[in-house]
Amino acid sequence: MVPIQHYLWLAAVLFCTGMFGVLVRRNALVVFMCIELMLNAANLTFLAFARQRADNLGHVSAFFVIAVAAAEAAIGLAIVIAVFRSRGTLNIDEIRTMKH
Amino acid sequence: MSAEVLLFWAFAFSTVLGATFVVAARSAMNCAMALVATFFFLAGIYVLLWAHTIAVLQVLVYAGAIMVLFLFVIMLLSLTETGLPRVALSFSRVVGAAATLGLLALLVLSIGRTRTENVPWSAAHQASFGTIRTLGQILYTQYLLPFEAVSLLLLVAIVGAVVVAKPRI
Repeated sequence: MVPIQHYLWLAAVLFCTGMFGVLVRRNALVVFMCIELMLNAANLTFLAFARQRADNLGHVSAFFVIAVAAAEAAIGLAIVIAVFRSRGTLNIDEIRTMKH
Repeated sequence: MSAEVLLFWAFAFSTVLGATFVVAARSAMNCAMALVATFFFLAGIYVLLWAHTIAVLQVLVYAGAIMVLFLFVIMLLSLTETGLPRVALSFSRVVGAAATLGLLALLVLSIGRTRTENVPWSAAHQASFGTIRTLGQILYTQYLLPFEAVSLLLLVAIVGAVVVAKPRI
């Protein structure tokens, strides 16, 4: 069987890929997708440890993460639409009113 | 090499490839499609971890509902590709890459030091681990309050999304 470390390493690579996207990409929608990648990496870690410890609570945590991610996607995309409507752009470098 | 190991490497490779494509693809539509593929491969990884219920939820909620929402927004806004050259080496990109590589090195090192051995399974575990029945029992007894709180959160998210996205109510 596959050792649990392999799953954790996969989750680490996935999380770092998502984090790199969040830091580097300028399109707000793509940044959101990268956040979803990071949430999935966290889920994978929960499930890997649940498998190692033979404990179902990791699955319950993953379930809650999925539910919260659904709520986050709904609200986030609504904000994206509202910002696009008022600014006409999704480039997060150009959306900087809150900075001043 | 057993089938499980073979499947793991196939799914892991595809997942990482898909994730890389999400970060690297230029148009938002290509990103979304790569993300759907990544979610499917991840569901395969979840099945290898005996998390059948979560794997089904992953396909239904993530690859289904959430990604359809993303695609709707992409088509609604009819985004054109940004004119920025992909290879522009700005300060923030270099810092982002350095921070990511640092975190990755830290994670890989610390994961290498975790315990390897699994808790041995009893016959009861073999039959009930990760099934909808077991998860439902836990959710509706021990975790009833968080479960109801999440339903409230989803309700607030629905109302909030309508309020934020609508020009005027």
